Amino acid sequence: MNDLIKAFENRKSSKNKFKIQRKISKASSVKTDVPKGLYEQCPNCKETVNVKATIENNFICKSCNEHFRVRAVDRIKITVDLGTFVEKGHGYITLNPLFQDGYEEKIIAYKEKTNLDEAYIYGYCEINGMPTVIGVMDSYFLMGSMGSVVGEKVTKSFEYALYKKLPIIIFTASGGARMQEGIFSLMQMAKTSAAAWKIAEQKQLYITVLTNPTTGGVTASFATLGDIILAEPNALIGFAGPRVIEQTINQKLPEGFQKSEFLEKKGFVDKVVHRDDMKDTLGKLLLFHRRYQ
Amino acid sequence: MDILAKERKVRELEGKIAELDNEELVKKLEVEIKRYKEETMTNLTAWDRVLLARHQLRPTSLEFINYMCDDFIELHGDRLFRDDKSIIAGIGNIRGNVVTIIAQQKGKSLEENLERNFSMPHPEGYRKALRLMKQAEKFKRPIITLIDTPGAYPGLGAEERGQGEAIARNLFEMSALTVPVIAVIIGEGGSGGALALGVANTVLMLENSIYSILSPEGYATILWKDATLASEAAEAMKLTSNDLEEYGVIDRIIKEPLGGAHFNKEETFRNTKQAILEELHNLKRFTGIELREKRIKKYRGFGFFQRFNYDNLKGVK
Ligand SMILES: [Zn+2]
Repeated sequence: MNDLIKAFENRKSSKNKFKIQRKISKASSVKTDVPKGLYEQCPNCKETVNVKATIENNFICKSCNEHFRVRAVDRIKITVDLGTFVEKGHGYITLNPLFQDGYEEKIIAYKEKTNLDEAYIYGYCEINGMPTVIGVMDSYFLMGSMGSVVGEKVTKSFEYALYKKLPIIIFTASGGARMQEGIFSLMQMAKTSAAAWKIAEQKQLYITVLTNPTTGGVTASFATLGDIILAEPNALIGFAGPRVIEQTINQKLPEGFQKSEFLEKKGFVDKVVHRDDMKDTLGKLLLFHRRYQ
Repeated sequence: MDILAKERKVRELEGKIAELDNEELVKKLEVEIKRYKEETMTNLTAWDRVLLARHQLRPTSLEFINYMCDDFIELHGDRLFRDDKSIIAGIGNIRGNVVTIIAQQKGKSLEENLERNFSMPHPEGYRKALRLMKQAEKFKRPIITLIDTPGAYPGLGAEERGQGEAIARNLFEMSALTVPVIAVIIGEGGSGGALALGVANTVLMLENSIYSILSPEGYATILWKDATLASEAAEAMKLTSNDLEEYGVIDRIIKEPLGGAHFNKEETFRNTKQAILEELHNLKRFTGIELREKRIKKYRGFGFFQRFNYDNLKGVK
């Protein structure tokens, strides 16, 4: 164990040379689902759409209602009251617990490309004037997979909410475990679930919003532990990935399987909410749970 | 030569002994077998251990329960949907300690495996486990879980009935239990499906068991796009008991006989029972709330990362 700690200590010092951006609002070079250009084909319905109008329309295709995946920064922009978001707990980097070749370089590259700390950011904000903690996963950062840093930051966001006695809202978007971190990725599931328990113990409101895609270890931990679970339309939500299931049962999955509407029907999502209505729905829920002194 | 090839050779020699009636020759061969085992089966590779963890003859949970318990009553069902036979749960008596046991059960034959669903639980299995863990908490019984699964079942029904939610709920509730929880990984500890019974005060692991985020085959496919690299993946994933003890993910390794648990089941069971009794004794001195807090604190600490202090970094405003 001592050797191990020493090895990690060495890594720590070598990390300091990497510059990490603090401002999250800066434009990033990440390629998103929304096509670039003036007028482009929608990847879903193939209609020609006005890109600028689509972005202004909360990243929803005007012709087919497809909710494109949004970056964490944009999610915060369209969800919270203007200028109220204050990012907390930034500046983390994984120490590559399994010593996987190229993993750290990959993380650094993603950090630079997305201008994000990691696949999860959180902070203080107000929604319709009501203060809350908000956490957002970014599926453009290594598929929003959960490694040591994401697990730590999710836990930290719960602890921040505990400390501030505020409700917490988490938008999930994740392909599941961070394979490169092996067993440590698995342990984050227990860690975040225990943090969710502490919030529940204090009877503080915890809302999760499942967005496309929410699968694997995130589904099987904090994502499905909210007091209220909302979902965006037509989002893929499940434990096992569709391809794994198809290989296991050797047949095609039925239409709409593992989609938000399906989960609502089966009783695992409280309400599917259109992105345009998300802010107001969250605002109302926060209002319903406001504590009167 | 992997461990299975070595085992075949040992079996071959043992077969020869059965045919002989010359006592001296038998003795000589026995010595040779012992020497061969000691020479070749002591330094196992990670892949060897994967093979042993999945070995057809490896003892299953039921065998452990039958050996360890003076008495055991199985309890069925999640009270919501049905009884999941890939998880065996009930109340047992281990040398005077009444405990709730929850165990994942593999089959010995194809028929048994179909009945047990290859030890891949559905949500109702995890919900049965949770029901009986809450019951154990109510009556202040310690909980012992035996983990042996390739993973939670990825199927239509499992997804429809909320596999993710069932696992999450177990992690959530288990972390807060106010009774001692001891988890023993006896074979394969596959992903969230294993962790859903594995949030414990003390995690024990049989020497040749494995515990990982996914199978080495899956890992090789996802990260290296080549499933034939499974043995390399096993090495890289750090899934053996030694690695995991070093990382602090498990607390104690239970010794297995040379060549794997199935070479001497009695010894394996004895070692396991001894370890469980010792750990039960260790946990007895804590109150319920202390047990909960210790458990949550332990899992709070997992993760390897560093946090920068921005103010100390030049050029960043
Ligand atoms: Zn469209």
